[in-house]
Amino acid sequence: MLKTIVETGNRVAGLAALTARAQVVAAYPITPQTQIVEKIAELVDSGKMNAEYICVESEHSAMSACIGASTVGVRTFTATSAHGLAYMHEMLQWASAARLPIVMAVVNRAMGPPWNIWTDHGDSLPQRDTGWIQIYCASNQEIFDSIIQAYRVCEDQRVLMPAMICLEGFILSHTNMPIKIPDQKEIDDFLPRFKPGWILDVENPVSHGNIVTPEYYMELRYYMHDALQKAKQLIPEVAREYSEKLGLPDYGGLIDKYMCDDAEVILVSMGTMGSEAKLTVKKLRAGGYRVGSARIRVFRPFPRETVREMGTRAKALAIIDRDISFGMEGILFTEIRSALFDLPKKPLTKNFIAGLGGRDVTQIDIEKIAKKTYQILETGVGVEGIDWVNIRR
Amino acid sequence: MVMLKELSKEELVLPGNASCAGCAASLALRLTLKVMGSRTIFVVPACCTSIIQGQFPATALNIPVLNIAFAATGAAASGVVAGLRVRGINDVTVIGWAGDGGTVDIGIQALSGAAERRTDFIYICYDNEAYGNTGMQRSGATPIGAWTTTTPTGKREFKKDMAFIMAAHRIPYIATATPSYPTDFIEKLEKAKKIKGTRYLHVLTPCPPGWRSDADLSIELGRLAVQTGMWVLFEIENGVFSISSPSRIALDKTKRKPVEEYLKLQGRFGHLTTNEVVQIQKAVDATLDYYIMLNGQRAYPLLID
Repeated sequence: MLKTIVETGNRVAGLAALTARAQVVAAYPITPQTQIVEKIAELVDSGKMNAEYICVESEHSAMSACIGASTVGVRTFTATSAHGLAYMHEMLQWASAARLPIVMAVVNRAMGPPWNIWTDHGDSLPQRDTGWIQIYCASNQEIFDSIIQAYRVCEDQRVLMPAMICLEGFILSHTNMPIKIPDQKEIDDFLPRFKPGWILDVENPVSHGNIVTPEYYMELRYYMHDALQKAKQLIPEVAREYSEKLGLPDYGGLIDKYMCDDAEVILVSMGTMGSEAKLTVKKLRAGGYRVGSARIRVFRPFPRETVREMGTRAKALAIIDRDISFGMEGILFTEIRSALFDLPKKPLTKNFIAGLGGRDVTQIDIEKIAKKTYQILETGVGVEGIDWVNIRR
Repeated sequence: MVMLKELSKEELVLPGNASCAGCAASLALRLTLKVMGSRTIFVVPACCTSIIQGQFPATALNIPVLNIAFAATGAAASGVVAGLRVRGINDVTVIGWAGDGGTVDIGIQALSGAAERRTDFIYICYDNEAYGNTGMQRSGATPIGAWTTTTPTGKREFKKDMAFIMAAHRIPYIATATPSYPTDFIEKLEKAKKIKGTRYLHVLTPCPPGWRSDADLSIELGRLAVQTGMWVLFEIENGVFSISSPSRIALDKTKRKPVEEYLKLQGRFGHLTTNEVVQIQKAVDATLDYYIMLNGQRAYPLLID
């Protein structure tokens, strides 16, 4: 039985932690994530959520406390944004290398200075190499669904890796949307109790994390890579099962593709820009443009194979990054190009940087991006270089 | 009074650990585990004990150990405590075991947070007065005048008074110790084990390679530290400060040994001029005057009866 409620993305993330029966939550407030910690504090305080809530004094400690709790075999949850995530960086690596399936909501926010509380992906994308699964959402429903599914994937004995569920600050975090929530019983059937991969147990003592020489270290890293490869198989399977059992949407697994099969130009993006891109596609299709939208939901593990399939069929990919790797290009663009590199026949790829620091990316902007890509295809002019959308120079 | 012979025969620090010759920290570790027993979980940041444990796939500690990042001990221990409570496990002692750098410098925030949250755990700082594991760089716990690799002509600032920083958190039990006075140390460990809430022990552990002292002098150096008043043994129990019996000798100025007796056995103080030694003596005397004044008094107010 699905119940429809209207909630902000933040509160939905809190509800997902409740429904997933997270047992220890350790979090530190930061705009725009604060409603998540407030929601959970309220749920725990009122006895509606059977969990320990640790009000830590920093994000570094939030992740450290989640690590501590996870090592004694309990399900943990936290949430952060921007500087909080950066401050956690050391412990993100610790969590993944300790193979602890911690799930975290990351409310995407631009990094300072200057202070900016609005959204872009410049906080989570630099955490690319920490071993965390990264899922980017485009609706409040997807936040709920992704958090529940993440626990299933992360706690799978073949995976045992942590995941961050990314939602854009204000666009999702503070926007009320209707979402459908299944019964607790249905969630419990889908998401069984946490079985840890290893545990601190006085009956069977182990030293975890003591010095490992070069003789063993590399294998530990290989296993982490292997685990994320397995997660890549598992994420679409779990999403399909969830959708079938609970009657909720399947977002296409790793990539949310819309009208890509016969598309000449595919708009590649992440997060809510993908929703705008869909609407743009509808409009442009009516005008005779064969365009499609590919919203990369899962950035790590990276859906290399699906990207290559799209690259084989399409003439051009317009990659819209809400981030910039200074001195190079958009981070998503680099990933897409790397996946396409050894295709015998490569599509044209063009990088658009848009929406940094929360600047609005409208349908009109995306329409311009699509048309510009067509123009480059036809004229061959403007292939090189990054296109900064609406930049004032 | 604890009888050493009554101490547990079980060795939870296994033979073949990787501590240096004369390492007082490894002795403190052994005594701690003898008192705490096998139903103990250790949370250990980067410190000498990262090395003492030995290398994967072996370990010298026969209890569960979570090695954690340098700044993270207090927070990671909070997570372990919360996780155990969720699981209904209430007979396991969680101990944060950290060096002085990991306590008074990089780990102070997480420790302060854990203490403010009244986390039910014991935190033990074993203090060799520098970053020993990395080759003896200055820490906030390095005493004034001491050579380290980052204070090549001697440290110019005083040692941070960590026990009183913890007292400002109004936790139920704080004690200083040294394995050179094992019965005093063991009594404090036993007391700490029985109390609920955050308990803090600060243990001076002589370090021959770092202090440039002979390996067979570590016990003697701990004793001299106490007898000269360079290290004062005390407890702050529910806010009440009391000097422990081994330190009583240092309270009487006529019986207090001159600091020179302690300093001259250590190469790290070898460069000190006569005047600098006098200055250190004055600082020690002033500290003891303060402790004598405080003895039996409240170090922090009792907020709730």
